[in-house]
Amino acid sequence: MKHILTILSALLIASCSSSPSGNESAAPPGKVETPATLEEIEKSFEKYKGVGPVSEVEVGDEIDQTLADEGKVIFEAKCTACHKTDKRFIGPGLKGITERRTPEWTMNMILNPEKMTQEDPIGKLLLIEYNGSPMANQNLTEEEARKVFEYFRTL
Amino acid sequence: MKTFHLIFKIFMLLPLMWSISSCQDGSGDKKGALGSNIAEKVYVAPGEHDEFYAFVSGGFSGQLAVYGLPSGRLFRVIPVFSVDAEKAYGFNEETKPMLETSYGFVPWDDSHHPDLSQTNGEIDGRWCFINGNNTPRIARISLQTFETEEIIEIPNSAGNHSSSFVTENTEYVVAGTRFSVPAPQVDMPIAEYKGKFKGAMSFIKVNPEDGHMNLEFQIMMPGFNYDLAHPGRGKSHGWMFFSTYNTEEAHTLLEVNASQNDKDFIAAVNWKKAEEYMAAGKFKEMPADYRHNVYDESTHSATSNKMTTVKVLDPTELPGLVYFLPTPKSPHGCDVDPSGEFIIGSGKLSASLTAHSFPKMLAAIESESFDGEAYGIPILKYEDVVGGIVEQAGLGPLHTEFDGKGNAYTTFFISSEVVKWKLGTWEVVDRQPTYYSVGHLMIPGGNSRKPFGKYLLAMNKITKDRYLPTGPELTQSAQLFDISGDKMQLLLDFPTVGEPHYAAGLPASLITENSKKYYKLEENNHPYAIKSESEAKVVREGNVVHIYMTTIRSHFAPDNIEGVKVGDMVYFHVTNLEQDFDVPHGIGVIGANTSELLIMPGQTETFVWNPKKVGVWPFYCTDFCSALHQEMQGYVRVSPADSNIELTWSLDDE
Repeated sequence: MKHILTILSALLIASCSSSPSGNESAAPPGKVETPATLEEIEKSFEKYKGVGPVSEVEVGDEIDQTLADEGKVIFEAKCTACHKTDKRFIGPGLKGITERRTPEWTMNMILNPEKMTQEDPIGKLLLIEYNGSPMANQNLTEEEARKVFEYFRTL
Repeated sequence: MKTFHLIFKIFMLLPLMWSISSCQDGSGDKKGALGSNIAEKVYVAPGEHDEFYAFVSGGFSGQLAVYGLPSGRLFRVIPVFSVDAEKAYGFNEETKPMLETSYGFVPWDDSHHPDLSQTNGEIDGRWCFINGNNTPRIARISLQTFETEEIIEIPNSAGNHSSSFVTENTEYVVAGTRFSVPAPQVDMPIAEYKGKFKGAMSFIKVNPEDGHMNLEFQIMMPGFNYDLAHPGRGKSHGWMFFSTYNTEEAHTLLEVNASQNDKDFIAAVNWKKAEEYMAAGKFKEMPADYRHNVYDESTHSATSNKMTTVKVLDPTELPGLVYFLPTPKSPHGCDVDPSGEFIIGSGKLSASLTAHSFPKMLAAIESESFDGEAYGIPILKYEDVVGGIVEQAGLGPLHTEFDGKGNAYTTFFISSEVVKWKLGTWEVVDRQPTYYSVGHLMIPGGNSRKPFGKYLLAMNKITKDRYLPTGPELTQSAQLFDISGDKMQLLLDFPTVGEPHYAAGLPASLITENSKKYYKLEENNHPYAIKSESEAKVVREGNVVHIYMTTIRSHFAPDNIEGVKVGDMVYFHVTNLEQDFDVPHGIGVIGANTSELLIMPGQTETFVWNPKKVGVWPFYCTDFCSALHQEMQGYVRVSPADSNIELTWSLDDE
């Protein structure tokens, strides 16, 4: 008897829940299937721009050394508690990152890590790969994130 | 039979189910199926915010509690005058100086009357001030960080009760003396109190830029008990009003001996006049011993400064500085209406309320129609200054607040009620019981030119049967009334931290925009701060060891330390490298004779540990920080005092 009542109530309450908020995918729906592994993604990483404020980044042919030097200072101050350049630490090692991720994706990961690890297909896989350790939001400005990206190009 | 029961129960549940399934969206006019709209008025849905902040004094807890109204939800207890192990206040090296006094480190006080900073007579959302009653002090709390930033001790004072009331441009925070004392203190017979004890009124200047306080001057008043105060505003701006009792100057059995006179006084102090006398050099510089403690947000550390003199004005020699307004009988509350015209004296042993008229007071002073003097201070004639009387409104009137719509609300302790009456006609228009024995009351902005007359918070001394019993000690409480209509409506009871004396409230919008989210690492000037893990180190200076440590989700750097010895004095200087809202880290180490640290993002805090036993001892993060919080731990190896183990430190063996 108790069960019947519980089920009845549950049904009635359930009928009230508002429509689920759409999880906005980083890539347009239907065009990119969420690949099962990071290796697969890295074969077609150009498609992934991430979730966040950055939709397009202009990257020069040559490395802008001034920008990169400033980016190094920011990286060392705000990121090295969890990232090393040459190897995996709390988070991924960053050498070669520009060959695995787009500039937009990289900057969005820096600027918007909470949403990236919840909504972006790569971000979600990374969160699992790194044992649920959250990427800390260090509140960099977009300009600072751009400099850090330029630094990554020198690695 | 069973089937019948089932059908019956389903039928009984149907209305409830219907009400659940009808999915009200929380907007519009809701006539709830349950018949009452009171619950809706205090219901703040999950994830939504309250309309007002209420800063409620913690009384004998020494702290200040922050609630939301109308929900009555407790958000934070701000440590002010008492140590707080949860937040390391008074335990870490940075905040210990905040509780230094001329008597040494005092870990407790009795906090009474919060008041908010104002600009042009309106609440501006910058600072909250509150007084410590027992060891006289005034504190200033930042409404950006919700931290105590400054505490100034008040010399020549005892029972710092007619405090901390703010003038309408935050020119001064005022602190009066409840227990008159010899000033300066001296070894003398208690029975020679009369004529020899003094009651200092302290005017603390507030720097409009950073809020820093300075004890500008004291007015050395006769040895009465100065109970409460409020500033003039509008037309009475420039004056401060203090209620007095024990004008008998009794020194023993005050409950009888200080209740002899039919009338005591409200002291009207012309502080603009005091400024003139100060500028003219009419003060005496008096030796004094008090502390001024300031917390610096940039170094995340407090310093305690020893102060040695105070400037004193003598009202018996300086005409026009103070006048006495006769007021029946042992007045407690001393409240000024939003226009500044009326000063309400609540004679707690009188059944009626007295409203003095400020224009009448000025006229009486002008015509010098005095009814004698007390210690050279002119006493005005009662008939000349009374603007109105609220007759026989209740028993034991204490405090009055205003709604800005011409109504006043007075608490009555003995008859346990709030009485609403009209300014000008002095008629009682409503009364509501409180549960029980109400003391103060608060309307957001109620001590300003512009009250927000929507809610009234009554604060009760006794709760008896209102809550589940918790042994002999019962909670005190606050009760929320809706005062938007003609009649007050009781909406909510909620328990409070300690005994709530006064409170101060304001619209949340005045605070939320400026609320601090984290401290920028670049702006951290703590002498032991490090800004990245690469700077982490351990330094030995004799038997003192300094650990420069960082935290980020979810590890310490360093997390392995060796070479510490029994008998060392080990300082953990911990910088939280996080730069995001709501990501503090904590740290505790086994056997430390102090509290944890709770370090806000970008902040540095320090605790000291004296390892007593040889071994390998863990430390860990005390504030759940991420899915890997349980992994946030480390070890310190402690060797015998005479060992020669090298001092080393590492993270991930690097």
